[in-house]
Amino acid sequence: MSGFRHTLIGRLARDPLAVMAIVIIAALVVMAVFADLIAPYDYTAMHMTDRFAPPSAEFWLGTDNLGRDTFSRLLQGGRIALTVGLTAVVISGLIGLVLGMIAGFGPRWLDNALLFFFDTLRAYPTIILALALAALMPRGLTTVIVVVVITSFAEYGRVVRTQTLSLKHSEFILAERAMGASFGRIVFHHILPNVLGPFFILAAMNLPVVITIEAGMSFLGVGVPPGTPSWGSTLKDGFDHIRQTPWLILSGGLPLILVTLGFTFLGEALRDQLDPRLRSGR
Amino acid sequence: MIQYTLQRVALALGIVFVAISALYGVMIALPGDPTSVLLGPRATPEMRALFREQMGLDDPLVVQILNFWGRVLSGDLGTDFFRNRSVATAVMNALPHTVALVFGAIFWSATLGILLGAFSADRRNSLLDRVTGVISVAFIAAPSFVVALYSLLLFAVTLRWFPSIGAGEPGDLLSRIQHLVLPSLAIGLAWVGYVARIVRASMLEAMGESYIRTARAFGLPRRRVVYNYALRVAILPAVQVLGVGIGGMLSSAVFAEIVFSRPGIGTLIYTSVSDRNYPVVMGAMLVAIGFFVTCALIADLINAALDPRHRKTQ
Repeated sequence: MSGFRHTLIGRLARDPLAVMAIVIIAALVVMAVFADLIAPYDYTAMHMTDRFAPPSAEFWLGTDNLGRDTFSRLLQGGRIALTVGLTAVVISGLIGLVLGMIAGFGPRWLDNALLFFFDTLRAYPTIILALALAALMPRGLTTVIVVVVITSFAEYGRVVRTQTLSLKHSEFILAERAMGASFGRIVFHHILPNVLGPFFILAAMNLPVVITIEAGMSFLGVGVPPGTPSWGSTLKDGFDHIRQTPWLILSGGLPLILVTLGFTFLGEALRDQLDPRLRSGR
Repeated sequence: MIQYTLQRVALALGIVFVAISALYGVMIALPGDPTSVLLGPRATPEMRALFREQMGLDDPLVVQILNFWGRVLSGDLGTDFFRNRSVATAVMNALPHTVALVFGAIFWSATLGILLGAFSADRRNSLLDRVTGVISVAFIAAPSFVVALYSLLLFAVTLRWFPSIGAGEPGDLLSRIQHLVLPSLAIGLAWVGYVARIVRASMLEAMGESYIRTARAFGLPRRRVVYNYALRVAILPAVQVLGVGIGGMLSSAVFAEIVFSRPGIGTLIYTSVSDRNYPVVMGAMLVAIGFFVTCALIADLINAALDPRHRKTQ
């Protein structure tokens, strides 16, 4: 057991914030995965006699303007959020990882060119770019993912580049080189494992941002197709009928806040564990 | 410093140029008739012919992009064919509202954030410090459009403390400010958390430095050392974060403007995108990106001027 205490999971288990984060995230994942089993109603079913029904024993979080059960729709919305979030984070993370390492390892001009490329992408205000692009592309989950990837991979690229650059000049890499280690060995055995720490922290922090962008785009009507129960669409329905169905706004915003809290706490706990130098700064 | 400034300005101009050219290029190069993309489905054949001629749509893409910049540099952002006005007018009418909103948000995040951060650094590891830490993360975690909706619901619809719609009466400062409170707080709240944490961390770092210890050793009161010396150093990173954060605030402004039905760049882009009114989208994007890059540049230069080490770290 003494070995477990020193593994990453063992150390996270002793950090109350990390435990809270993992509980929140696990609960959301379970609810999203088993949405069909947990949901009391079909999320598309319209109970026309119970339109605008406030929260009750029958409808836990009330119904919307079409009499659809809010709780069932939020569960389904969790699926959309996690699908979009995970897909977009994996794709943008991989693009950023590759480009960042190329920038860090490549010649000076390539580094400068890629850095300029990253900075240019970061100059677009995310939602504004999302609005402009979404209008040019067909409405749907793919468009949402593409927009999110375009707006977020530069962040990974910059972090990976900085990390690679500082490692490239570190003594142990110079020693490896002097001993004749191949390029592949240096990159995959030494640079990559050391880059992954900050990379995963960024990914954990970035996931709720991505989920929020999806919800934001759906709120603005440029995200998921109409009728899809994204958390953003639920908020939009609540906003359109703010005086009749305030519970849609209250309950639609809650999962977004929880998911952000969960992943932010997890990212912080990971940072504390993977980079002990930062602990003193807390 | 002059060389650094010139480098940074050149880089900022380059970024705006490439960012806007790319967007313009994407719109032109998309499959289909560019006139229908740029003018939207409601354009008449005469409008299309006029537009094709005005824009030189038969020229190569590079020439078109350069022509676009030629027009922009002479102050012509294009024509809003839907409402028969120049895009520059539309954008300039909207811009002051968004600038007021963003600076309102910066006001909230700077004052509340620095106060919270300095307070918790001064009382490190106390209960207050821990509570402030949790509050900061909670602020960061609340997406701005959720905060906007919640505050609309609570303070405008339920309690009726603040107005829920519009930007206030023109010329009536008090009414303008009243209309600004909720939307700017909704945007600024997340940044309160960021600023508080950064101010706290850099103040703690500064308080470990030898010049602070020297000041204490010379018998200067603790309070004065903490708030005059350490806080001054700690504000710098906060300036940088807020400068870069303006991009995020512009995004949040879109939501705040829509939720509170305010005029502004966000509303302008939103309605133009819904109408497929691309000349206006391009003009508004140009201004939004230009505004963001300028603010980030100013924050960067302020930092470089105040802390010469910063010039080397970039």
